[in-house]
Amino acid sequence: MSEMTEAPRRGGVEALGDLTSRGPARKRRAIFERAIQAVLFACAAISILTTFGIVATLLGETIQFLRQVSIVDFLTGTRWTPLFASKHFGVLPLVNGTIAVAFVAMVVALPVGILTAIFLSEYAPTRFRSVLKPILEVLAGIPTVVYGYFALLFITPILREIFPQTGIFNVASAGIVMGFMILPMMASISEDALRAVPSGLREGAYALGATKYQTVTRVVVPGALSGILAAVILSISRAIGETMIVAIAAGLQPKMGFNLLQSMETMTAYIVQVSLGDTPQDTIEFQTIFAVGTLLFLMTFVMNVVSDWLVRRFREAYE
Amino acid sequence: MITLGETGTRFHTIYRRIVGRGFATATLIATLLGVVMLAVLMFDVFRDGAHEVDGEFLTSYPSRFPEKSGLRSALLGTAWMLGLTAAMAFPIGVGAAIYMEEYAPNNWLTRVIQINIANLAGVPSVVYGLLGLGVFVRAMELGRSVLAGSMTMSLLILPLIIVASREAIRAVPDSLREASLALGASRWQMVSRTVLPSAMPGILTGTILALSRAIGETAPLITIGALTYIAFDPQGPMDLFTVLPIQIFNWVSLPQKEFHSLAAGGIVVLLVVLLLSNSVAILIRNRFERRRY
Repeated sequence: MSEMTEAPRRGGVEALGDLTSRGPARKRRAIFERAIQAVLFACAAISILTTFGIVATLLGETIQFLRQVSIVDFLTGTRWTPLFASKHFGVLPLVNGTIAVAFVAMVVALPVGILTAIFLSEYAPTRFRSVLKPILEVLAGIPTVVYGYFALLFITPILREIFPQTGIFNVASAGIVMGFMILPMMASISEDALRAVPSGLREGAYALGATKYQTVTRVVVPGALSGILAAVILSISRAIGETMIVAIAAGLQPKMGFNLLQSMETMTAYIVQVSLGDTPQDTIEFQTIFAVGTLLFLMTFVMNVVSDWLVRRFREAYE
Repeated sequence: MITLGETGTRFHTIYRRIVGRGFATATLIATLLGVVMLAVLMFDVFRDGAHEVDGEFLTSYPSRFPEKSGLRSALLGTAWMLGLTAAMAFPIGVGAAIYMEEYAPNNWLTRVIQINIANLAGVPSVVYGLLGLGVFVRAMELGRSVLAGSMTMSLLILPLIIVASREAIRAVPDSLREASLALGASRWQMVSRTVLPSAMPGILTGTILALSRAIGETAPLITIGALTYIAFDPQGPMDLFTVLPIQIFNWVSLPQKEFHSLAAGGIVVLLVVLLLSNSVAILIRNRFERRRY
């Protein structure tokens, strides 16, 4: 506390000086205060400029792209070969790959995440929980390139032992590892939702003779459903936007279909693929990454907004 | 009939107990699954890469020959990128947080900024790369420089710094503000000499965690065109650069096993760097935690 009290006192004395002085000093002070406020506002406004910059950049190049390729061909075509001599600009194979990886990730993250949330919120003793939570948070802090390494050089060899037809690059290993990457987020938002269910509801269930299992599965989880749904949507959004795991482990072959043991290319991996090459600017190949980026941005944006709305709903429901 | 009912009830009780126990165990196993995965990942990486890490590995440039290859340019690039990013993102992020907490009027513009910051936090990092490519690399003609990379990275971590700083500023009790104002302090004097000093530990913790995120980010820097092979030391903000995770990505992408081992070595270094920076953040937090009001 001793350090604390000094700072305000110093400020106070000087300010007192300002108050007693009249005329120019006071005016200067007022101008200075205005300037500070303007600078701080400018800092906050940078976030608006960022959004504006993202939209303008993406749209600008995408409009250029759509002058050469019809939007119908882009959104409904099933062949994606912009880097080949015979060019096709159907984005569906990339969307297909993206959904396939996100699907595998959710097969892992959804059940494990919800069960983890239930354990942390309903079963775990406080001390156990305070140890487990930070450990799980570490999973979220590991750089994605590390997960990519792990998927390609640890999970894939195991998959190839079990299913010999597995490709070196495959959707399954990237998806499994991605599932563990998004697990902490999935678990943490779900846990918040479960904790937001008032204890009165639990006690009511017990009073009616319900077991703990019945209380959890028929009262607490249904009560937290909108929050859990928000967690699911946000997790899918994160899976769709994740880049390095898929660029390393899922391969770079745009393909339709749902063979999870084979290589597929996601939207994000395609952007990385083109960025790594020496694609000249102002060519249609270059513009494709912005067109794909626009689609990616729109998909994740819609999901984030829906998820945000759901979170606010469960917060309101019990207030 | 009565016996039937009794055995039925008893059976039912046992059944309920088994289901309850089974479910509780399932939730425990699920939780441990994440922990086990983390342990396996760490073990795998350290087993593959720990033996690569030595002085030569840290001070050599990357090379076609795995045995001569090292992280020198990647480490220097990460240091440059981090320094520039911190220099830009910290003042802007804290400034924005101060504005939102201490100055912003309660109007539509403030709400728009607030919603906007929340949305920016959910934008995929590769999209920030496209923004950097379009605005910094091309429109502002900064090229594939470490400055362009740092500006991109600053925008990426700004929402994190703003959110953490706002929380820290909000935690400062109003009584301190009132005391300051009562002594005749102007608004900025109150903010700069009373609010900021007591919010600083929280702000620093949040900033360090945000910078840790920047250390590990790869996709946006690849998108703006950071190179994967650099065999010189970056001398200034306009130089070409590479960073640790890009160097790791480069090695993982090569087919030879020797390079995979180098990648694991790079990962060990990356994880140690992250561990150190996170420890500093936790240390700051713990050191100042006692001073809570």
